[in-house]
Amino acid sequence: MPSRASNSPITQFQNCRILYKHKIIREDLWVRDGKILNPESLFFVEKGYADYKLDCNNCIISPGFIDAQINGAFGVDFSSDPDSLAEGLQRVSKKLLAHGVTSYCPTIITSSPETYRQILPQIRRTNGSHNGAGILGIHVEGPFISKDKPGAHPVDLIHDCSQPSGFQQFLEVYHSLDNVAILTLAPESCQSSDVVTRLTREGIVVSLGHSVANLPQAEDAVRNGASFITHLFNAMLPFHHRDPGIVGLLTSDQIPPGQTVFYGMIADGIHTNPAALRIAYRAHPKGIVLVTDAIAATGLPSGIHQLGSVTVQVDDDRAYVAGTQTLSGSIATMDSCVRHFKQATGCSTVQALEAASLHPAQLLKIDHIKGTLDYGTEADLVFLDDDLNVKRTYIGGKMVWESASIPTEQLTSRPYL
Amino acid sequence: MRLVILDDYDEASHWAAKYVRNRILEFNPGPDKYFTLGLPTGGTPEGMYRKLIEFHKEGGLSFQYVKTFNMDEYVGLPRDHPESYHSFMWNKFFKHIDILPENAHILDGNAEDLDKECERYEEEIKQAGGVELFIGGIGPDGHIAFNEPGSSLVSRTRIKSLAHDTIIANARFFDGDISKVPTSALTVGVGTVMDAREVMIIITGAHKAFALYKAVEEGVSHMWTVSAFQQHPKAIFICDEDATLELRVKTVKYFKGLMEVHDKLVQSSHEQSAKRQKLK
Repeated sequence: MPSRASNSPITQFQNCRILYKHKIIREDLWVRDGKILNPESLFFVEKGYADYKLDCNNCIISPGFIDAQINGAFGVDFSSDPDSLAEGLQRVSKKLLAHGVTSYCPTIITSSPETYRQILPQIRRTNGSHNGAGILGIHVEGPFISKDKPGAHPVDLIHDCSQPSGFQQFLEVYHSLDNVAILTLAPESCQSSDVVTRLTREGIVVSLGHSVANLPQAEDAVRNGASFITHLFNAMLPFHHRDPGIVGLLTSDQIPPGQTVFYGMIADGIHTNPAALRIAYRAHPKGIVLVTDAIAATGLPSGIHQLGSVTVQVDDDRAYVAGTQTLSGSIATMDSCVRHFKQATGCSTVQALEAASLHPAQLLKIDHIKGTLDYGTEADLVFLDDDLNVKRTYIGGKMVWESASIPTEQLTSRPYL
Repeated sequence: MRLVILDDYDEASHWAAKYVRNRILEFNPGPDKYFTLGLPTGGTPEGMYRKLIEFHKEGGLSFQYVKTFNMDEYVGLPRDHPESYHSFMWNKFFKHIDILPENAHILDGNAEDLDKECERYEEEIKQAGGVELFIGGIGPDGHIAFNEPGSSLVSRTRIKSLAHDTIIANARFFDGDISKVPTSALTVGVGTVMDAREVMIIITGAHKAFALYKAVEEGVSHMWTVSAFQQHPKAIFICDEDATLELRVKTVKYFKGLMEVHDKLVQSSHEQSAKRQKLK
């Protein structure tokens, strides 16, 4: 061969539709060295061609899903059991592949400083592989949140910052922020303007949530660098027309130019009423980030489960505190959220897929390597049928999960030579 | 010269594609015997490329042993610019067929030494044994490739400044902004195309009617460079009805009367054998 830049094998995915530059187009997808390859420059510059051609059965290929908020799943709770955490992370990472999730932010709810010290250093950023989805950094949710909006967080561990000492206090509580990618705080707590500025400068995404902030407080935080809203509508003041609160950020005219406020949305059809979902989406379609906010009961069969100190009853798509009608958290999977979001909002397939791939990548400022099928980005892929059921998952160009319901296709060897 | 008149653009494109298919199949190319094809870009040949892709996908036509030489490329336009002729060929043709990258040749308009690039291109054509079938389209001013009016009819591959009307016409591909249109191009010469063993020119649309008249009914002139092919031993012009508007009725009737003969050239082997069976 004349001038191929690399001898690594090239795979050409054929007979597929790909999500490329905000459109679903009929186009082949080329991968080499785990990255998406520009076939035109391969042809003209390197004069190379595919080593393998793979028939994709006319499926849709989307960038892999990214879950920016997940507390656990498959019986594992990231926040409650530091001793078996490594094992738990492995289990969840592996099983998320079946749901099209190729990377995620394990989420730690409000905990004690000792617990943070034990847990946070254990959750390191890792690349995905056949062993499971990659970890993009931790989402620490709390403890600097409002006692008035604790949700399921332990109230006694919440820091309401009656004696504010700013960023230093954050470091004392978390011990280290090295592995943290997203930090949820209530902007009205602590000396948030200093803290938000510092965290943003450290490259951490500051998210507003579990908060009773009014709109001006929320806008202040955004001006200081906050760029995310944690599970919109949940654990914040309800929308009021004279003070729309954090929800008002969706249509605020105080957002600095060039900055986007993203918002997490639990689109499981239970935690957010479809009408509210539509209001948010239509007001600010480019900011929606689908999150599962899933708890340990996710992926467990219907029945009674003992999860840590809590007994949970799973009934199909809902999890209750056993013996009550109280929802114990979301047990949604990312692929089901994508389907529900599309059905509930009537949005296009492109918009539904981007809400689970491009938008979280933009939020985490990694859209130059993940969340798109642009040339040069990592080949984390989900193969979907037209109803958006996951058929296959790839990480770095390698197949890491396959639905049993489709026949295995043959890799065809190079057509010429 | 043959002049083949079809009803409309689609018919002309289909006919042209069938002709190319048959020429390749009859040639029966193989590892020691490549079929060499000269190729144009632009709106006119797009329909033909679409049909050739169909033939390939249906399984009846392979480009594995076909070498191609494109006519021209802009100077200084990045190769991956959507309006570059590299991009055109990739998107409209090459990526859909089984041609090998080392067999697809396009002039490099970003070469350091443009004159050398042109010499190299001529040499490559020679190395390939010359062009078996050169396909071209023309501009409304009768230019073939970028051989604008006034180009030498024995010219070889070289750099050319574009005529002002060509730049205006191409502005629609560059956001309607004339300042963004490249002002020069590398192009094969009229002589380069003349050297091909066969030349096929596709001319469609009423706006090309005057050029077709100049090409067919007037004398050879460097002001209508396509007219040079009157002196080619094997040239075929494929046009639609609209493009014949400036021709004399007599000319049109004569060539239309030959359609039965022309159509035999594009029958599939299946159709040919069916006819032979009937004769028996």
